[in-house]
Amino acid sequence: MAERLLEVNDLTVDFTTEDGVVHAVGGVSFTLDRGQVLGIVGESGSGKSVTAMTVMGLTRDINARFGGEVLYQGRDLLEISDTEMQNYRGNEIGMIFQDPMTSLNPVYRIGEQIVEAIQAHEHVDKRIAQKRAVELLRQVGIPNPESRVDDFPHQFSGGMRQRAMIAMALSCNPSILIADEPTTALDVTIQAQIVELIAKLKDDFNSAVIMITHDLGVVADIADEILVMYAGRVVERAQTRDLFYDPQMPYTWGLLGSIPRLDRPRPERLHSIKGAPPSLINLPQGCKFRPRCPHAFEKCTQEPGLENRVETPGHLDRCWLDVEYKRAHRDDAISGGASEAA
Amino acid sequence: MSTNGAGPLIEVRHVKKYFPIRKGVLQREVARVHAVDDVSFEVREGETLGLVGESGCGKSTLGRTIVRLLEPTEGKIIFRGHEIERLGHRGLRPLRREMQMVFQDPYASLNPRKRVGSIIGDPLKIHSIGNRESRKKQVEELLDTVGLSPEHYNRFPHEFSGGQRQRIGIARALALRPKLIVADEPVSALDVSIQSQMLNLLEDLQNEFQLTYIFIAHDLGVVRHVSDRIAVMYLGKLVELSPAEELYQRPIMPYTEALLSAVPIPDPDLARKRERIVLEGDVPSPINPPSGCRFHPRCRYATEICREVEPPLADYGNGHLAACHHPLNVDAATLATVHAAPESPREADEAALPQDSSGESHPPG
Repeated sequence: MAERLLEVNDLTVDFTTEDGVVHAVGGVSFTLDRGQVLGIVGESGSGKSVTAMTVMGLTRDINARFGGEVLYQGRDLLEISDTEMQNYRGNEIGMIFQDPMTSLNPVYRIGEQIVEAIQAHEHVDKRIAQKRAVELLRQVGIPNPESRVDDFPHQFSGGMRQRAMIAMALSCNPSILIADEPTTALDVTIQAQIVELIAKLKDDFNSAVIMITHDLGVVADIADEILVMYAGRVVERAQTRDLFYDPQMPYTWGLLGSIPRLDRPRPERLHSIKGAPPSLINLPQGCKFRPRCPHAFEKCTQEPGLENRVETPGHLDRCWLDVEYKRAHRDDAISGGASEAA
Repeated sequence: MSTNGAGPLIEVRHVKKYFPIRKGVLQREVARVHAVDDVSFEVREGETLGLVGESGCGKSTLGRTIVRLLEPTEGKIIFRGHEIERLGHRGLRPLRREMQMVFQDPYASLNPRKRVGSIIGDPLKIHSIGNRESRKKQVEELLDTVGLSPEHYNRFPHEFSGGQRQRIGIARALALRPKLIVADEPVSALDVSIQSQMLNLLEDLQNEFQLTYIFIAHDLGVVRHVSDRIAVMYLGKLVELSPAEELYQRPIMPYTEALLSAVPIPDPDLARKRERIVLEGDVPSPINPPSGCRFHPRCRYATEICREVEPPLADYGNGHLAACHHPLNVDAATLATVHAAPESPREADEAALPQDSSGESHPPG
């Protein structure tokens, strides 16, 4: 049994805004063990980033209300003070953001920014920190790190900036690396490089990874377990293979069906989920996906719990539909009718 | 999804677009960015041409040059038989009705201070089409066509989600009933479930209004879904042009092969099994592009000739063109019939046709 690093229990996050209370996260639970890669998949506004940022203590704000617990090695991160949080942030949990263009400071050299991160957490000599920065850049695959360490962010390409961000996140050897859409802003070729790099570094640093993305394809070959989020809730949670080969939530089918796939014949039309995600201020009654779900029936006006409804233990979903009915009907949604184009 | 196309709607012939880099007080030109470097192709009426490549390959610049938002440095652009590459503002005005553009970022491409009604209606007003009432009616119809509600007429862009804004952008492009729409990454800023809605909408509109699309994107899955033919660009050059399905079944240029293998597949078993060709490093600078074949520093098949001689665009039959000294997925019989295509860049050595094929290669997936 691997070491349990993180346990999130029934986490809720509400933000008070001028327009009303935004229920960003409504009862999310998951666990993360050392060596594991957890994928969190969802669209914008599904609460995936807020969940991750709350784990990092980045949503602490006068307008934010939290519920539940975020246990890092047994310690509840929601309870500790801001100064104590500083010891966890970066040191124990590192984060990579989506946009490598805006998350680096343009007026400081890459090396200085990494050195700053190291010195914020450890009392080390600047020379030693500088050496470590070079070493980190080498580990994330920057060519000629000795000279590139003195470059400014604009001298780096998008992929290299993301590598530099990863180097910075790893600078204090955190146990958990949270990657929030790390590849969305990058080209496919660079995307493949970065995903491979994150998987490799996880082993090199013996850490765990939370990979947040809207693209199921990105997590398919590296995640061990996947959470699918919708309107602030986890609507399906399963081991990666179970999620792809036995998906239980119609929303997951929709996500799978919306991706134009290279491994299948081109369908006449892509499957699409009608409508748009609900407002987090006025959530629909019952199942949050009900207004967009083609299979909704009366019972869906009550919200289903996240429960194990299939034979596989650990495969949880929030759907009232009968499992056999779903297995018989989901292929239409996933393969978009899979009629081959002429 | 193509309708019965006639001749070419637009022809691009040896188009170059260089951007000067100026320095010093005298603003002397010290270097040039070779954004688009001698590209030729044609787009037939009613078809969708996909234009793919990594960022910095010049695909957006080419798209903008085609609709004449930019003036080409060299070359010809022929739209419905008329040369349009040197037309001025006045000359272009009637053409603007026939070619429109849909932009990538639905947040940046709509004026936040204008109401939806005038965003979509202004093109009609500029071209003095109809009167106030008829224009309003037309805008409401357009809103309906793209899946919005006519009541949205008086709203501002910030009241809409990303997907809805992109629909507004599409309605604006449609207002003048253009023949050609250049869509520059129209879905890459949207969520997956909204992406598929948008792709289906674009497909419906094409059938309804007999549109011709040039669809620029870096996502090969999306491009395959919408395109009849696909052009692959690398560092300002057209490196492969092929009917859509054929490109995926048998890529000839190693760069295309690498691009295809990098596309994530939402199937864990397949994703683990398949061979991924991870390209080393980044796209080189278009200021000093590599000699010979521009892809050679990152190509795993590169040899001496690739460093020295720029390969011509060779015609492999069935409208499949590729520029490579070591083509993949080509048998000896086809190789014997290969000839340089008229689309070849002028600087390429037409005699340097591929002699050998690099043999076995694995199609993606």
